Amino acid sequence: MQTRKKYIFLTFLASWLLLFFFGGDRLRRFAFFSGREARAPRNWPRWTDRSLLKSFADPEELQSDGDPSLPSPRARRAARLSVYRDSRCRMETCFDFSRCEEHGFKVFTYPREKDQPISESYSKILASIERSRYHTPNPEEACLFILSIDTLDRDHLSSQYVHNVDEKIRSFPLWNGGRNHLIFNLYSGTWPNYTEDLGFNIGQAILAKASFYTESFRPGFDISIPLFPKDHPQRGGERGWLYQDSIPPRKKYLLVFKGKRYLTGIGSGTRNALHHIHNGKDIISLTTCKHGKDWQKHKDTRCDKDNVDYEKFDYQELLHNSTFCIVPRGRRLGSFRFLEALQAACIPVLLSDGWELPFAEAIDWGKAAVVGNEKLLLQVPSAARCVPPERVLAAQQQTQLLWDAYFSSVDKIVHTTLEIIKDRLLPHRSRSRILWNALPGGLLALPDFSTHPGDFPFYHLQHGRTLPAHLSTAGSAHATAPVFCTPFSGSSPSEKFTAFIRVVSPAGSLSQPLLRLIEAVSGSQYCAQILVLWSCEKPPPPSGKWPRSAVPLTIIQGRRKVRGPGLSDRFLPYAAIQTDAVLSLDEQSSLSTSEVDFAFVVWRSFPERIVGFLTRSHFWDAEQRRWGCTSQWTNELSIVLTAAAFYHRYPAGEGLAGQGARPHPAPSLPPSPRYYHSLFTEYLPAGLRDLVDSLAACEDILMNVLVAAVTKLPPIKVTQHKQHKDTVPQQVACKEGDVETPLDGEQNPSPRHSPLAKVKDTVGTTGSWHFYQRQDCLNQLVDWFGYMPLVSSQLRLDPVLFKDQVSVLRKKYPRLEKP
Amino acid sequence: IMCASAKYNTRGPALIPRMKTRHRIYYITLFSIVLLGLIATGVFQFWPHSIESSSDWTVEKRSVHDVPVVRLPADSPLPERGDLSCRMHTCFDVYRCGFNPKNKIKVYIYSLKKYVDEYGTSVSNTISREYNELLTAISDSEFYTDDVNRACLFVPSIDVLNQNSLRIKETAQALAQLSRWDRGTNHLLFNMLPGGPPDYNTALDVPRDRALLAGGGFSTWTYRQGYDVSIPVYSPLSGEVDLPERGLGPRRYFILSSQMSLHPEYRSELEALQAENGESVLILDKCTNLSDGIPAVRKRCHKNQVFDYPQVLQESTFCVVLRGARLGQAVLSDVLQAGCVPVIIADSYILPFSEVLDWKRASVVIPEEKIPEMYSILQSVPQRQIEEMQRQARWFWEAYFRSMKAIALATLQIINDRIYPYAAISYEEWNDPPAVKWSSVSNPLFLPLIPPQSQGFTAIVLTYDRVESLFRVITEVSKVPSLSKLLVVWNNQNKNPPEDSLWPKIRVPLKVVRTAENKLSNRFFPYDEIETEAVLAIDDDIIMLTSDELQFGYEVWREFPDRLVGYPGRLHLWDHEMNKWKYESEWTNEVSMVLTGAAFYHKYFNYLYTYKMPGDIKNWVDAHMNCEDIAMNFLVANVTGKSVIKVTPRKKFKCPECTAIDGLSLDQTHMVERSECINKFASVFGTMPLKVVEHRADPVLYKDDFPEKLKSFPNIGSL
Repeated sequence: MQTRKKYIFLTFLASWLLLFFFGGDRLRRFAFFSGREARAPRNWPRWTDRSLLKSFADPEELQSDGDPSLPSPRARRAARLSVYRDSRCRMETCFDFSRCEEHGFKVFTYPREKDQPISESYSKILASIERSRYHTPNPEEACLFILSIDTLDRDHLSSQYVHNVDEKIRSFPLWNGGRNHLIFNLYSGTWPNYTEDLGFNIGQAILAKASFYTESFRPGFDISIPLFPKDHPQRGGERGWLYQDSIPPRKKYLLVFKGKRYLTGIGSGTRNALHHIHNGKDIISLTTCKHGKDWQKHKDTRCDKDNVDYEKFDYQELLHNSTFCIVPRGRRLGSFRFLEALQAACIPVLLSDGWELPFAEAIDWGKAAVVGNEKLLLQVPSAARCVPPERVLAAQQQTQLLWDAYFSSVDKIVHTTLEIIKDRLLPHRSRSRILWNALPGGLLALPDFSTHPGDFPFYHLQHGRTLPAHLSTAGSAHATAPVFCTPFSGSSPSEKFTAFIRVVSPAGSLSQPLLRLIEAVSGSQYCAQILVLWSCEKPPPPSGKWPRSAVPLTIIQGRRKVRGPGLSDRFLPYAAIQTDAVLSLDEQSSLSTSEVDFAFVVWRSFPERIVGFLTRSHFWDAEQRRWGCTSQWTNELSIVLTAAAFYHRYPAGEGLAGQGARPHPAPSLPPSPRYYHSLFTEYLPAGLRDLVDSLAACEDILMNVLVAAVTKLPPIKVTQHKQHKDTVPQQVACKEGDVETPLDGEQNPSPRHSPLAKVKDTVGTTGSWHFYQRQDCLNQLVDWFGYMPLVSSQLRLDPVLFKDQVSVLRKKYPRLEKP
Repeated sequence: IMCASAKYNTRGPALIPRMKTRHRIYYITLFSIVLLGLIATGVFQFWPHSIESSSDWTVEKRSVHDVPVVRLPADSPLPERGDLSCRMHTCFDVYRCGFNPKNKIKVYIYSLKKYVDEYGTSVSNTISREYNELLTAISDSEFYTDDVNRACLFVPSIDVLNQNSLRIKETAQALAQLSRWDRGTNHLLFNMLPGGPPDYNTALDVPRDRALLAGGGFSTWTYRQGYDVSIPVYSPLSGEVDLPERGLGPRRYFILSSQMSLHPEYRSELEALQAENGESVLILDKCTNLSDGIPAVRKRCHKNQVFDYPQVLQESTFCVVLRGARLGQAVLSDVLQAGCVPVIIADSYILPFSEVLDWKRASVVIPEEKIPEMYSILQSVPQRQIEEMQRQARWFWEAYFRSMKAIALATLQIINDRIYPYAAISYEEWNDPPAVKWSSVSNPLFLPLIPPQSQGFTAIVLTYDRVESLFRVITEVSKVPSLSKLLVVWNNQNKNPPEDSLWPKIRVPLKVVRTAENKLSNRFFPYDEIETEAVLAIDDDIIMLTSDELQFGYEVWREFPDRLVGYPGRLHLWDHEMNKWKYESEWTNEVSMVLTGAAFYHKYFNYLYTYKMPGDIKNWVDAHMNCEDIAMNFLVANVTGKSVIKVTPRKKFKCPECTAIDGLSLDQTHMVERSECINKFASVFGTMPLKVVEHRADPVLYKDDFPEKLKSFPNIGSL
C-alpha cells in the first residue's frame, strides 16, 4: 500500500506540475485561482502619446457643417417627396399636413355602399370613428380619410376577402394616391407564406395593421394595432382580471402556454419547440396537433400523448393562475392570445421575432411585457424566474393599465390609432411618453389642455418636485401652522383656489345668500380670486354694488340660451382661472369660511377627485333595468354635487397655463381657441354634449361620471355644518332646470331601506321631474361609456377632532360642529 | 479544462482503497496513460494561445506609432453593403451572448493595427483622440472582456468616427479581414460624421455587411430601428469649456441661432423672424473681422457685436439646432450643455438615443417648413414646462453627451437592454434627472383598485406573555365580519404558548407563529400564512375598538389600499428651538402618522419593511425595541408619497410602554425616545416623507341626525 500511495502521489505531483507548466496561464485566469495570482485582464492600452492624438474632426469642421454647393432646403425637400414614396413613406413625404391646418384633425369616412358587405369588426371600426369627436361628414374639411371597403381580412382564401379593391379605390375621386388615407387590416397574406401583401396597392396611405413585421413597417408612419376578435366590445369593454395585488405576486404557475403545435410551415419553428419547457409543475406548456383538416398526415410520435395532456387543462384556468403567459407567433406574428394575456394580468412573454408591437410609438412595452427571442425559448423559464417580485407586481398592474386605457374595446383601439396620428401633426403639442404610460393613459390626458405633466392632477407624485434636494429637508419643517407653506411648488397642487359662483336668479340684484357666500369665501386664507358667472336676463349690477372683498372679484357675463339651461356655461374653460383648484358654487349654496378652508385642505390631498359637501348615490334599479340615483340619506355616496365642490380645473379644462409668467414679450396673436379645449368640451363628442345639454340637472352627473371614468375612484365628501337647512329661500330660477334646491332630498330624511321606494316616493313632489332628468342623463352617459364609471364610497372626511370631547378652543374648525 | 482536472483530483483518493495489489501495475500504467493524454491535450490546448496572448499583453507602455502594420492587398475581400432589413433577430447572433446571471453582454475590442494599402499608403488615421477615449471607456467598463471566445459584441479598433478622414474601400477591406468578422455579425461600429459630398448620406458609406452601426445623424430611412443606435455628434468643446449649470431664471434672448454656415435660405428665414420679433431673437454668424490668434470657433458675431461661444447659449431660452449638410450637429451637445432648450429643425432626423430618451421632455421639434411659425409655436410652451425642459436638457448632456465615455456606455447599455429585456433599465432611470428621481415616488401599488370585500383581512397580534389580554383581543377581533384569519406572533422564546384547548374558540382559523428571537420586526414579517392583501396589525392590549369600528376601518382601507389606515394618530413637528423633529401625541388638529398598535395596511409593506428598509433602520428598531411603527409610517409615506388615514374619533388608548409605576417620567422619556427615532429616520431617508393632514375618515352618516339603526356603522365612537 505504502509504495502504491507513493507512486500515485508522485504521478499526481508530476501531472500537476506539468499542467501548470504548460497550461498555467490559462488556469490561473479561472476564478478557481483568482486572487492576487490572477493576471489583470488585457485592457485597452494607455498609449504613451495619447495626449498627442488628433481629434476626430477639427472644431471648424464640426461647427460649420454646411455646404454652399448643396441645393436649397426647399429643393431638397421637393426631391425627397419624389423619392420616398410608397414603401418608403414617412409623414413628411406622404402626408399632406396642409389639409389639417384649417379645420384641425377631422376624419371623414367614405359613405358605405349598399352592395358591399362589411364584416362585423370593420363596421365596429367605422362606428368608432363616427362616434369620435374627430368625425366629419364633410370631405372638404377632412384631414384623414377612411375607406368604406372592408380591408380587414386580406387572406384571399377567406370568405370576407373583397375582390378588385385596386379598381374600386382608383375610381374614388378622393383617393389621391392614398394620401391622408388610413387603412385598417387584421390579416394579410395566406398559406403558406402569410406575406404582408394586402392584395392591392395602398400607395401613400397609412396602414394600421395587426401582426406588423418590422421590416415592412414604415416607422413614424404606419401603426401596429393588436389583433382583436370579432366579438370585441364596441365600447366600454370588460375590465381586467386583476382585482387585488397579491403578495407574493407570483401565482400558482410560473409560465403557461396552451395552443396549437405547427408541425410544418411558417411559425412551426417556435410552436414545435414549446413543449420542451413543459415541466408539469410550475411550467405548463401544452400543445396539440389537432387542427386543420389533414393533421393526421403530418402527425408525429408526440402527437397522441400531447393531445391527451392538452385536454387536461383549461385555458381560462391557466390564464387566471399564471404569472407569465407565453405569447408565441402563430402563422402570423400577432395573436388573440396577446390581448387575452394582457386582460388576465398574465405578463406576456412574447416569442414573435420581428413583430412591431401594438402602438409601440406610444406604449412602453418593457413595463408590461417581456420581449423574448424565439431562438432563446429554452432560456425563458430561467429568465422568468429571475424577474424580481417588485417588477412582477408592477408589470401586472401595468398590463391592466394598458388594457383598460387602450385595448378593452374597439373604440379604444381606434381612438388610440387616431390620437397617435394626431400627435404627429403637431409634435410640439403632443404627449410625452409619461402621459401615454401612466394613469389615466393617453386618451384621457389631452395635449390640447397642456403638454406639461404638472398641469394635470395625476402626475404630481411620480414627477417629483422642482426644488433642489438640499432645500427640502429643512424646508419641510412646516408641520407647525401654517401647514401649507410647503416649499414644493412645482408639480404639487396649487396652494390657492378660484371660487366660481354661478348666478341665475332673475332679480338682477344681489341676493342676501349670494352676498353671504361671497363674504364667506373671500374670508378663506386660500382664496385667490372669485369669479361670478352672471347668466341672467338682466345685466349684472354695477361694480360699486358688489361687496368689497380682500380678493379680486371678476364678473363674467354668461351666455343666455333660449333653449334649456346653459349647462356647459359652468364648465367652459375660463382663461381667468389661474389656480389648479376651482371651487364651484351656486348662489344658493351656503357655506362658512371654515367649511371652505377645511374642504380645500382636504382637496389638496386628493387633487384628482371632486371634493364637496352635498352628495348623491347611484344604484341599479333592477325592476326598471336602468340606473337611478337618489338624494336620500344613504350610507354610501358616488356623486358630489357641483353646487358646492372643489375640483381640479383639468376636468373642466383650461389652457394657456402659466401664460402670465412669461418674461418675454407677449405674443402678438390672440391666444388661439385651440388652447381652450378641455376634457369636457373635447373628450366628449358634440352629439353627446348636446344631448346632455338638453337635459336639466345633468351637469353634476356628467362631471362626476367624467372624473370617475378618469380616476376610477369615488368622490370625497367632507363634513358640512347643517345650520343653513331650510333657510334657503325657494327661488324661481331663471332657468327651468334649477327648481331643485341643493338640499331637497335631505330636508325630509325618510327612513326607508330601498332606494327605489324613495324614488317612487318623490315622484309627484317638487323634485320628481328632476329625478327623471337625472336618471335619463345618467343612463345616457353610461350608455356612451359602455359601463358604469361611478364608484361608491362609504366614508366622509371630518376634521381630526370633529365632535371629539375636547375643548372647542383646541379645535381648528369649531364652527363645523355648532349645533 | 478546469472541470476535467478537478474531477481527476477528486476521483484519485477514492480509487486508493479499492485497489488490489495484483492490479497495481496495471492501474499505474493506465493512470499514466490517462495522465499523459491529459497533459498532451493540455499542451495542445494552451500552447498556441499562450504564445499569442503573452506577446500581446506584455507591451503595455507603447506609442500609437508602434502598432503592427497590416498590408491590405488590393484584391482582399470587401464586405457587402449594409443590409437595410437587418434586425436583431435576423442579423445578430444571440447565442454568443447566452444567459448570464449578471445580465451583461461581453464586449471584445480588437487590438490596434495600422492598415496600409499595397503601396504602403495608410488607409486612415490610426486612431483619433475620441475613439481612443471611447475604447478606453469600454475596456474599463463592466462590459469588457479580453477573451474573444466569450465575447458577444466585437468592437473593431478601426476608427470610423469621421468618414471624411478615411478611404472607404480600404477601410471596408480592413474590416473584412478582422479575425471574427463573419459578415460583420455582432460587430459594432461607431460613426459620428457620415456621408460626404455631394449627397451626404446619413449613414456611414463604408460597406459593413451585418455590422451594427452606432451613428450620429441617421435619418429615418437609413436607421434600422431596434438594430442601429443613434448617437450624438460629440462636441470636443465640452472638454475645454466649463459651463456651470445655470439657474432657472429668465434669460435675455428667447430664440438664439448660433450655427455658422447655415444655408442662405435658412438664414434668411431666421432673419425674417428676427426682423419681426426684434431683440428677443438673436441670429449669430461667423466673425469676419477677428484679429489673428483668436480661435474663430469660440466667437460668434451679430453685425459688429462679438459674442463668446458657447457662453452665449446660456443667455437664451431656446436655441436653434438646424440641419446642415448632415442631420446630426455637434451644436446640439453645446446647446444642451448650456441648459438651453434645443429647437430641432431637421426633418426625418433620428435624435440621439431616441430608443430610450424621451426628447419631448427636453426639446421642441419643428418641421423645416414651419420655421416662419417658430416664434408663435415656442410662445405656446408653458413657462413651467420650459423650466423643466431646461433642467432636462442639461441632464441629458451630463448623462449621455458629456464625454465619449458617456456616449459609449449608453450605446452598450441600449444593446444590452435588447438582449436582456427582462432586466432592462426603465424609462424613469433613463429619463428622470437625479433631482426628480430623488423627490418622486413610484408607488408599488399604483393601480387604483378597490379590493373585493370578500377577501377580508388577516389580523396579526404580536404578543409576549399577556395571555389574558391577548385572549380578550382575539375574542373581540373575531366578531368583525370581514376577518378571515387570525395570526398570533408569539415573540416569547422562554415560554410556550398556551395549549390549543385553552385558546378562545373563534369562527376563523387561528394560527400561532413562534419566533426565533424577540424582535419587534417580527410583527412586520410577510408570513406565508397571510393570504389576504389587507393586514390588521393589533397589539395584544387593544380591546377598546368596537367591531363596527374595525369593520369600518377595513372598508376605509379598501378605498385606500396603498395607505396606512389606523386608529390612534400622531404628529411630527419641527422644534424651532432645538432645530430638530419632535414627536407629538397631544390632541392636535393634525395627523401625520398612525400607530400600528391598531392599523390596516397592505401586505406588500410587510415585504418592504422586511427586505427593503433603507439603511440600518430595521436593526436599529430591533436593538432599541421601539419605534417600529414610526419606521413603518416613514416607509409607506416615502414609497407612496401619500398621507395616512386616521379613522374614527379619538379614544383613550393605553400607552403600550407606560407602566403604572412612574407614569409621568416614563412618559417623558418615551416622548424623547420617539423624537429621537423621527430624527434618526429622517436622516436615513434623507428627507421627511411624512405628510401632515387635517382630516380623518368617518362613516358617511356619522353623528348625523338620523336613526342609528339605519346606519351601516352605528357603533362608532362609543366607549
